[in-house]
Amino acid sequence: MTEQNRRDNLEERDRETIISSGMDFSEKERSGSFLQQDSGLMFARSLSDGLEIMEIREALDRDPEAAGYFGANFRAAGRDFDRETEGGYFIRVKRGYSIEFPVQACLFLKQRGFKQKVHNLIVVEEGAKAYIITGCSASHSASEGIHLGISEFFVHNGAYLNFTMVHSWQEDVSVKPVSIASVGEDAVFISNYVCLKPVRDVTMYPTALLHGKKARASFNSIILSHPGSLQDIGSRVVLQAEHTQAEIISRAISLGGKVIARGNIKAAARNVKGHLECRGLILPEQGSIYAIPEMESDYRDVDLSHEAAIGRINKDEIEYLRCRGFSPQEAQSLIVRGFMDVGVLGLPDKLKTEIENLENSTLKAGL
Amino acid sequence: MMLEVKDLSVDISGQHILQGVSMHIRKGEVVVLFGPNGSGKSTLLKALMGFEGYSVTTGEILLKGVKIDGLPMEERVKLGIGLMYQHPPQVRGVKLAQIAGRLNADASLVGTMAEKLSLSAHLQRDINMGFSGGEMKRSELFQLILQDPDLLLLDEPESGVDLENISVMGRVLNDYLKNEGKSALIITHTGYILDYIDAKKGCVMIDGRMWCVGRPKEIFENIRNRGYDKCIGCDDRAKSAR
Repeated sequence: MTEQNRRDNLEERDRETIISSGMDFSEKERSGSFLQQDSGLMFARSLSDGLEIMEIREALDRDPEAAGYFGANFRAAGRDFDRETEGGYFIRVKRGYSIEFPVQACLFLKQRGFKQKVHNLIVVEEGAKAYIITGCSASHSASEGIHLGISEFFVHNGAYLNFTMVHSWQEDVSVKPVSIASVGEDAVFISNYVCLKPVRDVTMYPTALLHGKKARASFNSIILSHPGSLQDIGSRVVLQAEHTQAEIISRAISLGGKVIARGNIKAAARNVKGHLECRGLILPEQGSIYAIPEMESDYRDVDLSHEAAIGRINKDEIEYLRCRGFSPQEAQSLIVRGFMDVGVLGLPDKLKTEIENLENSTLKAGL
Repeated sequence: MMLEVKDLSVDISGQHILQGVSMHIRKGEVVVLFGPNGSGKSTLLKALMGFEGYSVTTGEILLKGVKIDGLPMEERVKLGIGLMYQHPPQVRGVKLAQIAGRLNADASLVGTMAEKLSLSAHLQRDINMGFSGGEMKRSELFQLILQDPDLLLLDEPESGVDLENISVMGRVLNDYLKNEGKSALIITHTGYILDYIDAKKGCVMIDGRMWCVGRPKEIFENIRNRGYDKCIGCDDRAKSAR
């Protein structure tokens, strides 16, 4: 089947779900695309110089350098990983290239009861810069599905990577992404996680190892938790070199589901800086949010801090907006949308608007 | 008549705060409300506005002849009443520009007013987050003017504001009140605002009751020279205001 056929064969509902996780089929403002359904490749294409995007198998078969990356971050972290994976993507931004439009990738779960297990490699070479938006989503037919995604990020010296993951699952899908990033000298790694749709459970705890001096990492998450969902979302940064910096920001709204917001920053070198911020809003009576900020240091000359706040929307704020003529519902919606401010994600304007639109449509239905 | 308050009693958490307050404000009239701390002035303003927890136990409130007690706050706003907070809350994630745009669709007016009140740089900031005392007050006046109410309720508009900014705010407020039919009820302790606006009537509230009515500058001078104790002795009781 040709790529065009495979695209055309996507059911309308599936297309909508895939779009709701950030995929733009027109590719007008994208630098490259990758779409995998269950374990089969739908399409992979680079539209920009300096960008390679292909199925992981192909990369491992033909490129010894790619094979060298496979599992390297797990070895560096002293952790094991599941080798029984099938599919996943390989994205490489060549040295010095700054890719203007975002690269998009989507892992789509279609078959009922399918266990999708992928291994992704993302390499940003020295001085290169890229934005990647990756959507993971499930078809309405994919009940009882499981998604296990292993991702390894290599952000080399002086490189910049903004990686935004949008999850758009179904009520009965279980999701377990596992990822490790290694960040070199003067490099920046921003990892954003947006999950607005119902899901049975998500467990993730991505880790970044900042091994180069002055490396920086930010993990930002925006989570809307629906009744029946359990989202155990954390991130960990190990500050391994001097003058490295980390920030972990989490914004969770419970519409009745349970969110566990973890964050761990470890100072394993001198003169490092880290900040954790967790804010949670519980809208109905029965939602639950559990914030677990952790900091560890082996040294004295470090600057680690955290702040956390959980609760309902302040009545005074609603009243203030009503005093300006907003109805109570409008006031709540304005505050909730402000709370889930995508400004923290560091995205270019177009992508920011896309995510805002996703939020608006989900919130309209959810509130 | 802009506002008629008839025999209004208000409880907060079962405590009687206002007791049988009556007053009126004519169209185009500016009334200044004096009174010691805790006398019930802010309670009167919040009860007029319809804040939650301010229960009206007796009496009624008429705005332009329409009974408004019992209406939700946003309905009262639609009928033309607006409040400038004494201590506005911080609202994280909601930008001043978002509220301004909602209050008034005229983008050029929003821009001009923001400039007049030195708030252009604040439009894209979360409301009151990190605002100084003066900035909060200017932002309150800014919103109120964009809202364009017929009856303005101002709760200590000048408290915490330096003299230079009081003059800016006073002029903006005075310009607004010159518009046809605009009325205001203003609480002041310092009296500074009286230098900028043309208020012909003042009242004194003590212990939840309205006491005397007179010329605001005279009342203010009296309070300043003799204190509120002597002010109660004044024969000119609230009755005459009815």
